[in-house]
Amino acid sequence: MAGTAVRGRLIWQVATVATVTDETDAVRTIALDLPDWPGHHAGQHLDVRLTAEDGYSAERSYSIASADGEPVAITVERLDDGEVSPYLTQELRPGDQMEIRGPIGNWFTWGPHDGGPLLLIAGGSGVVPLRAILRHRQRSGSNVRARLLYSSRSLEEVIYRKELDEYRGSAQVRYTLTRRQPPGWGGFAGRVDDAMLARIAWPASQRPLAFICGPTPFVETVAGLLVARHYPESRVKTERFGGA
Amino acid sequence: MTSPVSRGFHRLSRPGDAQAGKLPPGQHVTTDFPVLSAGPTPHTPLQEWSFSIRRGGKTLRTWTWAEFMDLPAETVTVDIHCVTRWSKLGTVWRGVPVPVLLDQVAHDARYVLAFSDGGYTTNLPVKDVTGGQAWLAFDYDGQPLPPEHGGPARLLVPHLYFWKSAKWVRGMELLDHDQPGFWENYGYNNYGDPWREQRYAGD
Repeated sequence: MAGTAVRGRLIWQVATVATVTDETDAVRTIALDLPDWPGHHAGQHLDVRLTAEDGYSAERSYSIASADGEPVAITVERLDDGEVSPYLTQELRPGDQMEIRGPIGNWFTWGPHDGGPLLLIAGGSGVVPLRAILRHRQRSGSNVRARLLYSSRSLEEVIYRKELDEYRGSAQVRYTLTRRQPPGWGGFAGRVDDAMLARIAWPASQRPLAFICGPTPFVETVAGLLVARHYPESRVKTERFGGA
Repeated sequence: MTSPVSRGFHRLSRPGDAQAGKLPPGQHVTTDFPVLSAGPTPHTPLQEWSFSIRRGGKTLRTWTWAEFMDLPAETVTVDIHCVTRWSKLGTVWRGVPVPVLLDQVAHDARYVLAFSDGGYTTNLPVKDVTGGQAWLAFDYDGQPLPPEHGGPARLLVPHLYFWKSAKWVRGMELLDHDQPGFWENYGYNNYGDPWREQRYAGD
């Protein structure tokens, strides 16, 4: 049972930035060297603490972007009025240090033993923990069937697009673009609605396991639609981003 | 251990800084009202809603929504602190003090396990839900509490991290011995005092 995994105190440890990779104009993946990392499961998150020269410190939580067994990476979206995300996405460079503790959260996680079929539904940067799940599924050779529906404002704002497209051999990956679609766009357009779910969601009779992550109104809507499609509430796992 | 300096990181002057003394360690002020929950939002019609106090699997007392509305309520202004690090200051709620409910059953329980629609539970010492520290809240900011924030009624226990303020609450199980609830079983702290930064198991 996943609930027994985290016991004992989570200790802050010093992390060194290994690489930074720009995913989109506003989103960056930061890979970290963490010598004493205890390992994590796809879908978990961690805490970041930054300390300024004057001793001021700020803490934030971020989803882990990497799969089980991989070095820790986080993917951060810049919020222009934020204090931490502009630093992480613009100023940070390899060799810089920060403090990390984790992994945290044993609910919004998936491993091959959890089964499926998997329905992953992402809004914007909510794709981060779902990418970790898909990546873990791929790396572990799991044959659990999986579908990802990813809602993004535009194609340019899709995070991990190249990697997600590579999963198309074994998983169904579909995008819906809510604000702007390129000419000839063959994917979905507009916000996730019941008609879209009718085409992508596994029938409830297959006992699917759903993970939804994104902004609160997005998660509220999608979770409600899945329950209306008779998904059991206990198999609809959600993670919501507030506006904070 | 001394924290290493994160090169180039500086404090920004932000709205809410003036209230910094009201912030527990590691928290920052938000003016939004973020939502955190593990699954879909339940929508229980008021005519089907009830609140029960149970012990050992037996229901000791149940209130319908109409009966609950007849109980004495009060308006409180409190600061709330989410374990995900946002705090919201000066929030205004209306609710029934938890002792108004608990005092209607004779008991010597030391702990309660609050239970909610959707299967969510959270555990609290009785001493933390009495003495003007906890309410069963049904209004937020002068309006009926919206479902995504836990309506029709949620616990409000503002001196602990906000996951203890169970949304969609439908009752309390009285216990002699402490029993971890949902998040407490998934790695979060058993008690959750924000001023001692008890976020996770072992903090």
